[in-house]
Amino acid sequence: MSRWLIPVLLVALLIVAAASLLAGTVWLRPGEVLAAIADPRPSLAGLIVTEIRLPRIVLAILVGGILGLSGAVLQGLLRNPLAEPGLLGVSAGASLGAVIAIYYGFSASFVLASPLFALIGGGITAGAALLLARGGGTLALILAGSAISSIAYAGVYLALNLAANPYASFEILTWLMGSLAERSWDHVRLAGPFIGLGAALLLMTAPALEALALGETQAESLGIHVGRVRALALLGTALGVGAATAVAGSIGFVGLVAPHLVRAAVGHRPAKVLVPAALVGAILVVIADTATRIIPAGGQPIGLGVFISLVGAPFFLWLVLRIRTRTA
Amino acid sequence: MSALTFRGVTVQRGERVILRDINATFAAARLTVVIGPNGAGKSTLLETAAGLLAPGTGTVTLGDIALTTLSRRQLAQRRAYLPQRAGVDWPITVERVVALGLTPSLPAFGRTPARFDPAITQALSDCDLTHLRDRAATSLSGGELARVMLARAIVGDPELLIVDEPTAGLDPRHALAAARRLRARADAGRTVIMAMHEIDLALRFADDVVAVKDGRILWAGPVEAVVSADALGQLYDIAVRLHCDESGIAVRFCD
Repeated sequence: MSRWLIPVLLVALLIVAAASLLAGTVWLRPGEVLAAIADPRPSLAGLIVTEIRLPRIVLAILVGGILGLSGAVLQGLLRNPLAEPGLLGVSAGASLGAVIAIYYGFSASFVLASPLFALIGGGITAGAALLLARGGGTLALILAGSAISSIAYAGVYLALNLAANPYASFEILTWLMGSLAERSWDHVRLAGPFIGLGAALLLMTAPALEALALGETQAESLGIHVGRVRALALLGTALGVGAATAVAGSIGFVGLVAPHLVRAAVGHRPAKVLVPAALVGAILVVIADTATRIIPAGGQPIGLGVFISLVGAPFFLWLVLRIRTRTA
Repeated sequence: MSALTFRGVTVQRGERVILRDINATFAAARLTVVIGPNGAGKSTLLETAAGLLAPGTGTVTLGDIALTTLSRRQLAQRRAYLPQRAGVDWPITVERVVALGLTPSLPAFGRTPARFDPAITQALSDCDLTHLRDRAATSLSGGELARVMLARAIVGDPELLIVDEPTAGLDPRHALAAARRLRARADAGRTVIMAMHEIDLALRFADDVVAVKDGRILWAGPVEAVVSADALGQLYDIAVRLHCDESGIAVRFCD
């Protein structure tokens, strides 16, 4: 089972990505897409495919992949099935950064202002969490992360509270709901390198995560530098998820759910979960983004983060119930 | 094989001094038991012996090498340490848990090379786990899990084996079996150190005793030479009677 898991998930990702290329307000036939890509002359179908849908799909794959990967690493590191990237305050910090860019009008004059501010915000919160938790253990990291999360979200709500005009608060709200609409190759170019670097750092934790299944003391005794693994995971999450939040807004649940969907298939081994969880995360976000495009909701597009939360929350509940029966 | 030697070791956790001026030798091919009241510093002594805590002053040497000069990986290849209440957080198979004991010898990425299979099979059979090989480690009973953890610790055949409370929570039969397995490692020439509260069992299987009280060594030496009712009474602050027969020493605490 586990040997075929990654190839099967890759094929599934290709299929949903291809389907996503066809679906939307304007439906395309596979022949049209192929002709549009092959033909160098500009056409409507060609523009839709190469300038609108393709960057959006690439971003969905990057964002979903890093969320799934980071969730899997954090669950392994913290040995907690409910851990997810939001726990460390990175998403909250990135949100606050973007909100500041919107609130002070930077984003109105420069399209990439909000993702850039979000990246900085995510980096600052992750750094603060790491500093606060320095010397302490994993629990200190969780507590520091949630404290910083609360502060950052308080800042977000303050901005909403004080927003000078309804347009600013509408823009902040839209951003908080998460979306991949109107994203271009610029966004891919901005987020891609950070997500790639973050993913590399996160993947480096794999051997340590296996030993950490035995607890931190035993892992230390097996030669694992747990403090360094913690720093790698936090840095990788800050770069990767910070960049993902920067371009897509806040998207919950993918990091929580993706690792659980593949855990049994890899025999619950914490290191073997990483790559499949990234692929499942990518598949989930591509499907969700396609769904938000084609589900009619009275002309108003459904926020990507909202849609994923709507589907993800019941799963979360199911997970809690299952864990309760397992530990009862 | 190499003995572990403490010379003038003082250990602090934060501001608190836990161990003061510890001088002791844990000999190779002998099973040494560390006993003492709760909070005496037994676990700290074991963690220091394992090189997981660095002494504030003094040195701990394995053979003639100071533990602090070994890299994490080198140290992990030579000694195994099993903390109290060791457990597994994910339902991974018993075989995988045991294989984790080889982590310090494995390449950083990729699967476990086939040359390690005999060691894993041997450790599983030594700890009577062959039939549980594919079971999830989280579904085991306390006695089974303790065996899995011990197999994890001995799979790399470490020259120094340190086990904190290997019999805690085990019924008499499993506790006896656990002590016997540690005895077997010492008989195979390894340096074995364990902390234990079951005094009868400890004195029956150990060669040497180190008695720790208030962060200092109260007395230490071969079991038959140092253990007496008075010595134990002084250690635990409680009257002790010893009954000796051919099956060993039985300790009765009185008040």
